[in-house]
Amino acid sequence: MRGFVPFLGHRLFRALIALWLVSTVVFVVMRLSGDPVPLLLPPDAPHSEIMRVRRDLGLDKPLPVQYVIFLSNLARGDFGRSIHFREPAFDVVRGYLAATLELGLTAFFLAALIAVPIGLFSAMRRNTLVDHAAMGLALIGQSAPTFFLGILFILLLSLKADLFPTSGRGDWRNLVLPALTLGAFTMASIARLTRSAVLEVLGADYIRTARAKGVSEMWVVAKHTLKNAAIPIVTITGLQFGTLLGGAVVTETVFSWPGIGRLAVQSIYNRDYAVVQCTVFLAALMFVVINFFVDLIYGVLDPRIRAG
Amino acid sequence: MASSIPASAPADAVLAPAARAPARRRRRFPALVVAGVGFVGLLLLVAAAAPLLAPQDPIRQSLRGRLAAPTWQGADGRAHLLGTDHLGRDVLSRVIYGSRVSLVIGFSAVLVGGILGSAAGLAAGFSSGRVDAAIMTVADAQLAFPFILLAIGIIAVLGPSFPTLVVVIGLSGWVSYARILRSQVLVLRSREFVESIHALGGSLARVVLRHVLPNVLSSIVVIATLELARAIVLEATLSFLGLGIQPPTPSWGGMVQEGREYLDSAWWISTFPGIVLMITSIVVSRTGDWLRDVLDPTLRGE
Repeated sequence: MRGFVPFLGHRLFRALIALWLVSTVVFVVMRLSGDPVPLLLPPDAPHSEIMRVRRDLGLDKPLPVQYVIFLSNLARGDFGRSIHFREPAFDVVRGYLAATLELGLTAFFLAALIAVPIGLFSAMRRNTLVDHAAMGLALIGQSAPTFFLGILFILLLSLKADLFPTSGRGDWRNLVLPALTLGAFTMASIARLTRSAVLEVLGADYIRTARAKGVSEMWVVAKHTLKNAAIPIVTITGLQFGTLLGGAVVTETVFSWPGIGRLAVQSIYNRDYAVVQCTVFLAALMFVVINFFVDLIYGVLDPRIRAG
Repeated sequence: MASSIPASAPADAVLAPAARAPARRRRRFPALVVAGVGFVGLLLLVAAAAPLLAPQDPIRQSLRGRLAAPTWQGADGRAHLLGTDHLGRDVLSRVIYGSRVSLVIGFSAVLVGGILGSAAGLAAGFSSGRVDAAIMTVADAQLAFPFILLAIGIIAVLGPSFPTLVVVIGLSGWVSYARILRSQVLVLRSREFVESIHALGGSLARVVLRHVLPNVLSSIVVIATLELARAIVLEATLSFLGLGIQPPTPSWGGMVQEGREYLDSAWWISTFPGIVLMITSIVVSRTGDWLRDVLDPTLRGE
C-alpha cells in the first residue's frame, strides 16, 4: 500500500482548496449583488430601522472583516440565518435537500441501470441496427438541452399521453419525468462509455485466451470484460454526479420540484445570501466528497493509478 | 499532475469511441464535417438575412391572430406556417430572428472563452511552478462547481445585458482551452526546435506566436466548435430561466419559456424553437467530434 496515504492526502488538500475558492467566489458575487435590507423592510421604514437591521446582519462591518467572519463560520458549519425564511440557512436547505437527493439518486440509478446493459449490448452486437439506434439516441441525449427535454416529456408523456403528472412532488409517478430529464445526459454518457470500454476490452489478448480455453461467452463478459471496463465507468459515473447537481437547477425549475436547485434560484432572486451560500457550498462539498470516493474505488480497482 | 485528477479530466476523453476501424473513419468524416460546417454556415446566413427571410415582423402583435395553429390562412388573413404565440406573433419569424441571439452570443462567448483560456493555458504551460499551479487550481475549482448557479447569480446581480451574458458564458468555457493548451505546450516546450530558438536568442513572444500557436491551432478549432454548442445551449438555458436577452427580442430559450404555459393548448410555441435549438446543438457538437477525429486525433486521449 506504499504511496496510498500520500496519494489520498494530496487529493484531500486539493479538495479543500477547491472548496475554499468556491466559497470565496460565492461570497464576492453575493456581496456584489447589492443591499438586501430594503427588500426585508417595508418601503417607508425609517433610516434608523434600516441601520439596525444592517447591524444585526453584520453588513455594517468592512468587507474583509465580513469575509473572515464568513470563513470562520463556514468552518464551524454555521451558514448564517436566512433573511427570507427567518431561520438558520442550513435548516432551510436541509428541508429541501431530501427532495433533491431523491430526484438525483433516482435519476442516477435509473441512468446507470438502463445505460450499462445498453452499452454492453451495443458492444456485443456491434454495428447492428440495434447498436446504431442505441448510439444515435445516446448522441441526442448528450446534446439535447435539459430544459427542452423536460418540456418535451411534459408535452408528450404528460399532456398528450396522460401517463404522468406535469409537476410537483408526490408518489413515484411524479418522479419519473424529472428523473428521466435529469438523467438523460448521464444515461447517454454512460451508455457510450460502457460500449467503448467493453469494445476495448473485448479486443484484448486475454479475452481471446479465455475464449480459446473454451470459457463460455457469458462468463467472458461477466468476469473479464465488466471488471476491466469498470475503471472508466466508475470515473465517468463520479463525474456525472456533479453534472447531475448542476442539472438539478434546471430540472427542478421545469418540474416545480421542491429541491435545493429551485431553492437556490429563488434565493438568488430574493437576495437571500445565506441560503445561496449554503446550497452552493453543499453542492460543491457533495461533488468533492463523491470524487474523493471515486479516487478510493479507483485505487482499489487499479493499483497502478496510485503512483500517478 | 493536475490532469491525473478524475474530477477534472475532460468528460469527452473517456467517452471517445475507442474501437472502430480507423480506415473507414478517415474516408467517412470529411463529408460529415462539410455537412456540419455547411449547417452552421446556413444558420449564419439565416441569421444575417433574417429581415429578408422572415415572413413577418417578429415582434408585431395581433390580438385577432392569437394562438393560431400552424396554418396557411390565419384569422388575420396571413400564413403562419409554425403558428402564432399568445400575443399573435408569428412563430416562424421569431424562430428565424431568434437565431441571431443564439449565434451572436454563442460566437462572442466562444471568442471570449477561447482568448482567455488559451492565454491561461499558454501561461500555465510556459511558466510552470507557482503560476501554473495557481491557474490549474482555479480551473479545478471551477469544474467542482455547478457553474449554472454562478451564472444565474452573476446575471441576477449585474442584470441580463448582452456584454454580461457574453462574459459569463465565455468564462464558463475557458477551462477546456487552458487544460489542453497547457499540456500541449508542456510537450512542445521540450522539443528541440523550441529549445534551439531559445538558444539562438529568440524571444518568448516569438516562440509563442511563430511556433507554438500554429502547432496548437487545430486543437483550438476543435475545442471552439465543441464550446460553441455548449455556449448556445447555455444561452438558451439562461433565456429559459428569464436571464437571457430580454423580451420582446426573440430568443429560442425565451420562446420555449413563453410557450410553456400554453403547452396544452398551443404546443407549437415551445416546440418549434426547442427543436431548432436541439438540432443546432446536436449538429454543432457532432461536427466538433468529427473535426477532432480528422484534425487532432490525439485530443481523444487527452
